[in-house]
Amino acid sequence: MLVADLHFRYLEVVRQTLSVVLYPVEMAAATPAEFVSNASKYFATLIKVQRENREMRRKALADAERLLRQTDLEQENKRLRGLMAMSERISVTSVAADVLYEARDVFSRKVIVDHGSQQDVTAGQVVVDELGVVGQVTRVYPIQSEVTLLTDKAQAVPVRVERTGQRGVVYGAGEGMLELRYLLANADVQPGDRLVTSGLDGLFLPGLPVARVVSVNRELQAFAQIVCEPVARVGHAAQVLILGRAQPAPERQVPPPATPKD
Amino acid sequence: MQPTHRSRRILRPVRIWFVFLSLFVALLLSYIPTGQLPGVPDWVALLLAFWSVRERQVVGMGTGFVFGVLVDIGHGAAMGQHALAYVLLTYAANAVSRRVLWFAPVQQSVQILPLLLGVQLVMVVVRMLAGAEFPGWGYFLSSVSGALLWLPLHFVLLLPQFQPEERDDNRPI
Repeated sequence: MLVADLHFRYLEVVRQTLSVVLYPVEMAAATPAEFVSNASKYFATLIKVQRENREMRRKALADAERLLRQTDLEQENKRLRGLMAMSERISVTSVAADVLYEARDVFSRKVIVDHGSQQDVTAGQVVVDELGVVGQVTRVYPIQSEVTLLTDKAQAVPVRVERTGQRGVVYGAGEGMLELRYLLANADVQPGDRLVTSGLDGLFLPGLPVARVVSVNRELQAFAQIVCEPVARVGHAAQVLILGRAQPAPERQVPPPATPKD
Repeated sequence: MQPTHRSRRILRPVRIWFVFLSLFVALLLSYIPTGQLPGVPDWVALLLAFWSVRERQVVGMGTGFVFGVLVDIGHGAAMGQHALAYVLLTYAANAVSRRVLWFAPVQQSVQILPLLLGVQLVMVVVRMLAGAEFPGWGYFLSSVSGALLWLPLHFVLLLPQFQPEERDDNRPI
């Protein structure tokens, strides 16, 4: 049964139906926890709110200047794209969702969000907050879905080093850190480099910030050990955005099977 | 049945619906999203251990399996992870029940602790074989807190059975 679930995912139907039946029970169980968190929020100090307010105002001011130039740039961009006959960038659908709670399974890093298949969430969609990628939708229930965070050991994200364009894959490494694996020891990666999604997998949109390199250890054998920390507030984000492609990714070109020469 | 085999007091027979109601409440408690907080007892394991020690005829491996699957789904864990551990737990608890019931509740809790630790160990082994990361030693604290709750549970859950039908000072019920 364990093997059937973990390796072949045969039991999803059973899980789906039972989870719908159990949903009211789970919600009832979540109420006390919600009450406690609401109460603590209520008693949060005024100072914190004021500080947050000040910060937001500063941020709004900083953004305003950019916004002012946005329309101008957009038009210019469109003209240039038209000139160069470039394909339109992939359009994106996005759904804002609230993080309900952290899943209780201690062996993985997952959160439950309040949008499910009824809101057209599908497994594989990217979940971001305002800073960067948080994780990926891995399991969709009718009214909720399960998001595997970047820091989960089983979660892999194809990335590109922003400075050099070097491609790689980031895995969760436990304790809130990430690891950029399978780069040779002499790869051009420095602490402080930003990693963004490469979009090569056809699931993640290209160019979303993922992580920042913290340390590079080249003493090991063939591959460098590159430790990164996520850019987004993975694990603390309360509101997230579920991104999906408006049109499905193009089919992978399968080369025709080579006809054997006789 | 007595509270323990040494006791001279005789309890009323257990009500089956009360056993399953308490298990259901435990399930509800285990669904409270406490996140990664260490030391939260595994209520379902605790209640299953309690009833399979006390009522071997009522709660056994089948009950353990069903409640294990329900916990798996609620927690989003691997399907069968809790089920496997709870089946082993109820089997072991049924097996030690005759011996454990000779002891006072505090001594019982010491003997239950290894069973609860066994449940967690089984789950850690299963998930690490499947490639999950080790959750840290704090994970095992929940067994200790579970064992500490054994004594209060003993009185709370046996309370309906302590109630005499009609009061009679000459009868030891």
